[in-house]
Amino acid sequence: MAHGWEMQHDDRVVVIGQDVGVNGGVFRATAGLQARFGKHRVQDTPLAEATIAGMSVGMATHGLKPVAEIQFMGFIYPALDQIVNHMSRMRYRTRGRLTCPVVIRTPHGGGIHAPEHHSESTETLLCHIPGIRVVCPSSPARAYGLLLAAIRDPDPVMFLEPARLYRAMRQEVTDDGRALPLDRCFILREGRDVTLVTWGAMTVETLRAAGELDARGISAEVIDLATLSPIDSEAILASVAKTGRLVIVHEAARNVGVGAEIAAIVAEHGLYDLVAPIQRVAGFDTVMPLFKLEHDYIPSVQRIVDAARLTLAD
Amino acid sequence: MPEAPHLKPWHNSPMPTVAEFKIEYKRILDPQGALVAKPPAFATDYEDVRGMYRAMARERLFDAKAVNLQRTGQLGTYASALGHEATHIGVGAAMRPEDVLAPVYREIGTQMWRGVTMTEILTYWGGDERGNDFAQARHDFAWCVPIATQTLHAAGAAMAFKILQEPRCAVAYIGDGGTSEGAFYEALNLAGARALPVVFVVVNNGWAISVPVAEQTATRTLAQKAVAAGIPGIQVDGNDVFAVRDTVAAALDTARQGGGPTLIETLTYRLSDHTTADDSGRYRNPDEVKQAWALEPLIRVRDYLAKAGAWSSAEEQAWTQECAHEIEAAVNEYLKRSKPPTDAMFDHLFDELPRHLVEQREVARKYGTTAGGTSSGSSSGH
Repeated sequence: MAHGWEMQHDDRVVVIGQDVGVNGGVFRATAGLQARFGKHRVQDTPLAEATIAGMSVGMATHGLKPVAEIQFMGFIYPALDQIVNHMSRMRYRTRGRLTCPVVIRTPHGGGIHAPEHHSESTETLLCHIPGIRVVCPSSPARAYGLLLAAIRDPDPVMFLEPARLYRAMRQEVTDDGRALPLDRCFILREGRDVTLVTWGAMTVETLRAAGELDARGISAEVIDLATLSPIDSEAILASVAKTGRLVIVHEAARNVGVGAEIAAIVAEHGLYDLVAPIQRVAGFDTVMPLFKLEHDYIPSVQRIVDAARLTLAD
Repeated sequence: MPEAPHLKPWHNSPMPTVAEFKIEYKRILDPQGALVAKPPAFATDYEDVRGMYRAMARERLFDAKAVNLQRTGQLGTYASALGHEATHIGVGAAMRPEDVLAPVYREIGTQMWRGVTMTEILTYWGGDERGNDFAQARHDFAWCVPIATQTLHAAGAAMAFKILQEPRCAVAYIGDGGTSEGAFYEALNLAGARALPVVFVVVNNGWAISVPVAEQTATRTLAQKAVAAGIPGIQVDGNDVFAVRDTVAAALDTARQGGGPTLIETLTYRLSDHTTADDSGRYRNPDEVKQAWALEPLIRVRDYLAKAGAWSSAEEQAWTQECAHEIEAAVNEYLKRSKPPTDAMFDHLFDELPRHLVEQREVARKYGTTAGGTSSGSSSGH
């Protein structure tokens, strides 16, 4: 829907990717767009991720605003050359002469019984790169508002769409063209005793965990990071100043995950507010398994509840 | 055994050929300055030819100065254009100002033809991004170091022109080594599949640093890689500015009319080292280099003009002097230019500087190496 709104109001927006046109995208994210806006503005590209990313650079620097889809995050790696070496630094290296207003959208994470390589969450690779934003919505409504913001932003945005939420979450979304702010967290649930920071599909488990903690008399504040880079440290530090306890939850592997950056920020700027060590609940540092074991990999509600309780242990 | 009926029509038939290819080679002006093909109109317009010759000479003179600056510690590593002048000026002269150039990192002649200044070129190789902020040619891409990635940019720009219905073309340079990269094949494929208004100029100068073309690929020509993408491919004498310009102009014409892309392989020779950090004496036969010098591109144009009474040694001297003055002025401007302020590291990362970077900028200012540290107060790019 966000695509449709923005394409109607801005002729420069074009959608490209594999199977986005006729087929409307393998998750139907671009369904109906080609019929509405034509084959030039909604294009099926050849099967080549470096092509999708590289042509986006050329299109964006010469008058268009491409919204490019990489079919699954597991296939984004050939595009990294263009993302890192060009998109992220086009404005910088030309001192603003050329700019790169590109959005790259891709399904993120597992839990959908998918074939191999279709369940990646390697957002940390992107977050490390200066010059790009990384955004991960946690609901259809926030996906709408954040995608509008991403398309309108004059710089590159990597838009990671939780695959689990495409099918699992049904939500009414008003097609009113209202964007949500980038670079800002969303407080999904207010609380006093412990801060739970997460993003993407893990907000589902984290909110459930908050419910279970509530039944035990523990008031958890749930923060949806939403923009993974740059991080809204202010919001997180303000919450930790209130609760004194922090649990970071992400599906992505633990080692050098975005949770590590958040933990460092809080250790650096909020140490004296903490009354317990920071806990990270993350994917194991293993390869994402094939789907028989994917629910052993993806952090469970119980793991989150236990981590929160640990911060409250004497 | 009875033959199966469905096999009967083909049994013992010869195999039909379903595709073939042919690559043509073009030369107009031979190494001795004689016309060996029907000259295009510009070739008998001596003012036009003089303009191209002057540009080639200017490129060579500036290039030599740049190498000299590196050798005297006043410029960073630099990729010389020596020997490539006909290709560079031929392409430049064929392009329109509104077209878009996607260079590699050597094609100063084309850039200078299109209005990039000597000072800008020196500023870039001198380690300062301001060299990429061209005062003219503002839509051209900057140098591209990750090999072959620029070919996809050119295809993308061409796609934009097609969608926006602008009568503009993109021209992408790539070297012989670059044609081994995946991005190159992908760009040709996209351009062909979508009939994009882009011309790919493969500058085959024989060497990818120390690796000769014969070790780069099994193909007899690089032009024939076009066949795999279903687009026309042609080989030209890259030291013949007439052939280069004529072929590129025709290809741009085709592209502009909606006829799709072309791949043009220009055959030349890298008379210099790969860059000033390279020593080609370690891997090249000096006899080969000497032979290549006999075929270098300036001689034949000079001779052609001289035979027509359109260029004299007095004019050669005068032009060399004029270039020397221009180069000296550019070098002085470059050397006088102060180091960028520490703040420049934070400018133009995004349209507006995010908060965490505002804090980091304070740290950088405190420890910065540029005297004065701060820029004039501007916090973000404009």
